[in-house]
Amino acid sequence: MHLTLKLLARTGLRSLIIPKMGCQSRASTYLFWFSNEHSNFRLAELEALFQYFQFDRAILDKRKTNGPFILMDFPDESGPKKLMSRTVLAHSCYELWASGDLLEDLHESMKQNLDLVEPFVNDSFQVRVDTYGKTIQHSEKLPLIETFEYMPLEGKVDLKTPELSLHLIQFYGIDPNRIPEKPYHQYFGRWLVDGQRKLVSKINLKERKFIGNTSMDPLLSLLMANLALVKPNDIVLDPFVGTGSLLVAAALMDAYVVGNDIDYLMLHAKTSSSRARQKKRASDESVRANLRQYGVEDRYLDVVVADTSRPMWKHDFRFDAIITDPPYGIREPTERIGTHRQPAGFKIKEEHLALHIPSKISYTLQDIFSDLLNYSARSLQIGGRVVLWMPISRTEYDQNKLPRNPALALVSNCEQTLTSTASRRLLVYEKIKEPTESCITELDGSALMYRFKFFEVDPASPRKTRKEKSVLEFGRSSKRGQQQPS
Amino acid sequence: MKLFTHNMLTSKMIKNVKVGYPLKLHAAEVKVTPSEFRSTYVSRMLPKIDWGVLYEATQSIGQAEAIPQSLADDYEKNEDFLRKAHHALFEIEVINGEMICPETGRKFPIKDGIPNMLVNEDEVN
Repeated sequence: MHLTLKLLARTGLRSLIIPKMGCQSRASTYLFWFSNEHSNFRLAELEALFQYFQFDRAILDKRKTNGPFILMDFPDESGPKKLMSRTVLAHSCYELWASGDLLEDLHESMKQNLDLVEPFVNDSFQVRVDTYGKTIQHSEKLPLIETFEYMPLEGKVDLKTPELSLHLIQFYGIDPNRIPEKPYHQYFGRWLVDGQRKLVSKINLKERKFIGNTSMDPLLSLLMANLALVKPNDIVLDPFVGTGSLLVAAALMDAYVVGNDIDYLMLHAKTSSSRARQKKRASDESVRANLRQYGVEDRYLDVVVADTSRPMWKHDFRFDAIITDPPYGIREPTERIGTHRQPAGFKIKEEHLALHIPSKISYTLQDIFSDLLNYSARSLQIGGRVVLWMPISRTEYDQNKLPRNPALALVSNCEQTLTSTASRRLLVYEKIKEPTESCITELDGSALMYRFKFFEVDPASPRKTRKEKSVLEFGRSSKRGQQQPS
Repeated sequence: MKLFTHNMLTSKMIKNVKVGYPLKLHAAEVKVTPSEFRSTYVSRMLPKIDWGVLYEATQSIGQAEAIPQSLADDYEKNEDFLRKAHHALFEIEVINGEMICPETGRKFPIKDGIPNMLVNEDEVN
């Protein structure tokens, strides 16, 4: 359908327009529209990106949040553009021109700000209506678009590739069970740029060459690279590399990647396939093949079969970031080289050496995380970050039980719920100083989620109360009902 | 395995090994894979690299012409040198071969480009 804006008041309003201002240098409010997934990671990602781009922290502190929208004032549009060049949680960004609870209020404030239109007067344009919390028909959108007829735009209407894309964004709240007749609030602004959600679909697991049972979700892997402040030409390590899903994200951020894993068969892609209805892996599956698939093979350094619990890298080498998802012992075993059976000082017989496969013993979660943080404290650059997932028993969790190391500062801690009793926390530590001999990680293992706890149900809620609760909460588990971050 | 990785690996995980560096390198199959040259990256990486070890590695796998014996003083401005360093560090790859611990003689095989640094349970503490 062809939409035309009649520019009725064109001549009258021209005189109101204030002399031209460079649109680049103007301080404005920018609206960031976040997707519904992983809403409790939003602030962590923003904080990381603010640090990455060295933006004024006050801008973030003065932000306003409304449902999926975060509004921030930037001195010019370069800041928002930079943010959007990395974020995977915000899907689009707009320069806010007007807002109001009622459409009349919005128009009132728009009419005060018509000078904003000046740089775009001759651009081809479109006006769109976007809604959050309610779906409205195209036929309902048309009258809304027509209320903007007074805009002094002289360019052609172009619905495919307009130079200027104006959006009326209506917010109908986050409760899908109580959708109001009229929106709670409405924003009007110029679309600036989209975020990096396209990367998420680009690296989807369905089409990826080499995946395993616990390959990280593409969005979360990109988020981890953001939280790790991965920048071009960094060297990033994953000490539990598996199929390299975290290295894919780091390589897409233009870092060089290296990984190690104790699982020889996995790194050589000799394990059985993780795909349904596919028994054998293809002969050319590898971490490297994944990077090649996404055009970043040049960022591949190496993967090494090695036991992370043993020192292997040169002691004075410093990594820029460590991103990893250690095994939890639920879907992947927690193992290290060792033996219980043999007395101390035994030797493997010479004739057995050639074919001997080292025996493995259980590597407790507590040791995994202590070793990992000790290692990070030693081998990161100062200011470098380690980003890791830690499985947590929700009933036992207490922030004081998280691992602590004097050389590392905990900068971010977000939860992803798995079951009613189990969750995993995405922890980010930053190295603040070189560790001394006495810098040892302290960790209260009682909050860790173990295999037997994972399959346990919440003892505080027997089946009947759970059922009642699910009736009460019907619909709230939908994505739209997610809580916004505080 | 790239020579960069060889430059970073040690055999310190073996019981009673003090330094475990550098590992001797033997190659049965070497491949050269061209990759994008970035002068800033290479010059940033060179202070982290043990040049003598890299030079030895190129000698031991029959790539003697790859780099000069000593690190150029002006390497940051010397693009020709940086290109050679890039080639040696990131383009020459050992596909099959082995690395040998300098203290114990323990061999670490490299297969299909992936080094295996696992040690047996009787070799660790």
